[in-house]
Amino acid sequence: MGFSLEGVGLTHANGFRALHDVDLRVAAGERVALVGASGAGKTTLLRVLAAALRPDGGQVSLLGMEPWTGSPAALRRLRARIGLVHQAPPIPPRQRVVTAVLAGRLGQWPLWKSLASLLYPLDPEGARHELARLDLGERLYERCDRLSGGQLQRVALARVLYQQPDLLLADEPVSAMDPALSELTVALLNEEAIRRGVTLVASLHAVDLALRHFPRVIGVKDGMILFDMPASQVREAQLRELYAAEGGVPMAGVAAAADVAAPPPLRCI
Amino acid sequence: MMAEVRRDPAALSRLGWALVALVLLWPLLRLADFQPGVLLDEGNLRAMGHFIGGFLPMETSHDFLTLLGKAMVETLAMATAGIALSLLLAVPLGLAMTRALSISRIGPGRQAWIGTLVRALVRVLLAVLRGIPELVWALLFVRVFGLGATAGVLALGITYGGMLGKVYGEILESTDGRAARGLLEAGSGRIAALLYGLLPQAGGELVSYTVYRWECAVRASVVMGFVGAGGLGQLMDQSMKMLNGGEAASILVSFLILVLAADGLSEFLRRRLA
Amino acid sequence: MRAGISPAGVFGLMLLLTAAAGSFVFLEMPLGALFTGSAAREAVAFVGRFIPPETDPAFLAKVGWAALETLAISLLSTLLAVLGGVALALPAAGRQGPLARQAARFVLNLLRSVPELVWATLMVLAAGLGPFAGTLALALHTTGVLGRLFAEALENTPRSPAEALTGLGAGPLAAFFYGVLPLVAPQWLAYALYRWEMNIRMAAILGFVGAGGLGALLYYSLSLFHEAEASTVILAMLAMAVAVDGASAWLRRRMAG
Repeated sequence: MGFSLEGVGLTHANGFRALHDVDLRVAAGERVALVGASGAGKTTLLRVLAAALRPDGGQVSLLGMEPWTGSPAALRRLRARIGLVHQAPPIPPRQRVVTAVLAGRLGQWPLWKSLASLLYPLDPEGARHELARLDLGERLYERCDRLSGGQLQRVALARVLYQQPDLLLADEPVSAMDPALSELTVALLNEEAIRRGVTLVASLHAVDLALRHFPRVIGVKDGMILFDMPASQVREAQLRELYAAEGGVPMAGVAAAADVAAPPPLRCI
Repeated sequence: MMAEVRRDPAALSRLGWALVALVLLWPLLRLADFQPGVLLDEGNLRAMGHFIGGFLPMETSHDFLTLLGKAMVETLAMATAGIALSLLLAVPLGLAMTRALSISRIGPGRQAWIGTLVRALVRVLLAVLRGIPELVWALLFVRVFGLGATAGVLALGITYGGMLGKVYGEILESTDGRAARGLLEAGSGRIAALLYGLLPQAGGELVSYTVYRWECAVRASVVMGFVGAGGLGQLMDQSMKMLNGGEAASILVSFLILVLAADGLSEFLRRRLA
Repeated sequence: MRAGISPAGVFGLMLLLTAAAGSFVFLEMPLGALFTGSAAREAVAFVGRFIPPETDPAFLAKVGWAALETLAISLLSTLLAVLGGVALALPAAGRQGPLARQAARFVLNLLRSVPELVWATLMVLAAGLGPFAGTLALALHTTGVLGRLFAEALENTPRSPAEALTGLGAGPLAAFFYGVLPLVAPQWLAYALYRWEMNIRMAAILGFVGAGGLGALLYYSLSLFHEAEASTVILAMLAMAVAVDGASAWLRRRMAG
């Protein structure tokens, strides 16, 4: 299980070469952070892992399956087992929180159940459970356009938690949250991956968050993998090379997290 | 810590609305005599099939095409003359409705209530003019002036006069009235205040809306003939009554050409104005 | 703002005046005869025959029934048109490939370009005299209009929510209902209401060609020279138009607020 990429390359429709010859093996249950400057190819890599983008070269194997050689039905079944947290939460503003979270299981539910749940939510308890872990349990029946950017990002996270995927992917899942909340949310993602024994890959803008929470860190630069090593072995010089174009290594800052007077309690049930 | 999950607060009202809709749907279906089955009735199918079957070949004899061309020009002329006539109604009534051009409101003057009353009456008159569909006016006028385009032009003039008058008034109301008010306060007349205070701002919008209404008038003139008020519709009505599919097809095609051409011209004019 | 009128503007104005004058000449309108004394007397006599309106309870009941029928035709046809419009708007917005897009656009244009009254004459052939023919005619024309408006709304809608859902394995229908419909629903609803408003007016006159509603009643009354009855029907039409104006203004305010 887990996944493997061999010699994967991808050129976007506009001619931009986003990935060059990427080799990557991640075993089941591993937790990996992707770091790198913006535009380095992290999002493209995550979308290839989500079977949402088809690379134009190389071998992709996800959860023991080759997504682009099987039937469309098999691809759908595979996608239902992969959860991706998008950078900008792709949730219609007028949708209610409960519907947005329950949408996580659309890949597993038969059509009649999906449609019925639109009229009367069929599993509000399940949705509330995941929302409560992110401290949003009380907003279950509110409309998403009433939420702040950070709250909406947590709704998107709750959707993926509710999906219960075997491969959990997250593209900058905490970009709209303050440092304290970011810390707690990244911790929650890791805890979920450990508890269910699933693979977790998250791209993070703040390098210190990645180093603190993930055993394995991969640096991505110009569509290639610059380094791939245990977090404890990542050195200052490597980070400086990774972010050479941005003129500084971005940090969330632990001090800032401690400064926040009362971090909102994350209830773990 | 486990709070009881609240029931969906929207469920009850959703159920209520669904029930109301269901209860209303039944009488609606009955009232509209909704029986899709009749479409498959043998007699109806044969009549329709025979008629549609006659569409090809289309009627293209020289005499008929001459008739068709004349009817198309007549339709366009009806729309143009109708709009010209409607302007005679719409411009004075639209102006009378505009508060920004009221002299008695300044101060307010001694008999401001008269102006308010006049504006209210104009509003009602415009509502009556456009509240009755142009085809009903046409049906009435055919009784007075006989069959032909005159009834259609008058009908268009009245209905569109009501519509244009209302919209002119609204456009003038929504433009910034300070310039006009300044002129009125300086003692200028209403017409001068309109020309120097309101038109420079609202002119484009007024013309653009009139062009749009002309396009609608072309569509309306096309069907005027169904009540005997001239234009292409009259030819169509005759062909349909005689179940002459070939003629009907030719007329339908010229309908489409006319409507699409009016669409294109109106869009071109409005883009030029914008 | 430009000062004064440009030469092009003067030219355009001249052209318009010529077109208007030419139209009157071509139609041989007896404009002069309209404003003579005898014409005025005739007109007054004609109007006089409509006063007072017929108020016989039995006829009023008939008018009320026809008004209800008109309302039913407009509501049902709009409902059918919403269903048909959605079904054609999805391919017309290019979601099923370019071929389906062209085909759907062609059908929509055809439906929209044929006026309601022409559809009504055709439907009277297909379904017989009565309100059902009117319902079908309005539904066909309105499907063309709504389908085009719906497709435009779809094209201007972000695709990411639906793509995210197909990304987690949702089928195309589920992705549509969870990821697209909530985005376009408010606009679709506004369009449908606006067309319903127009359809009430149209439903009132479709009866002229035998498609039921108030129009049929008016046509019979006038054919039998019962002007008093006709005037009652016209008043009913007027009342309906005013009521619809008010109701839609109220609804729009509520939806905006």
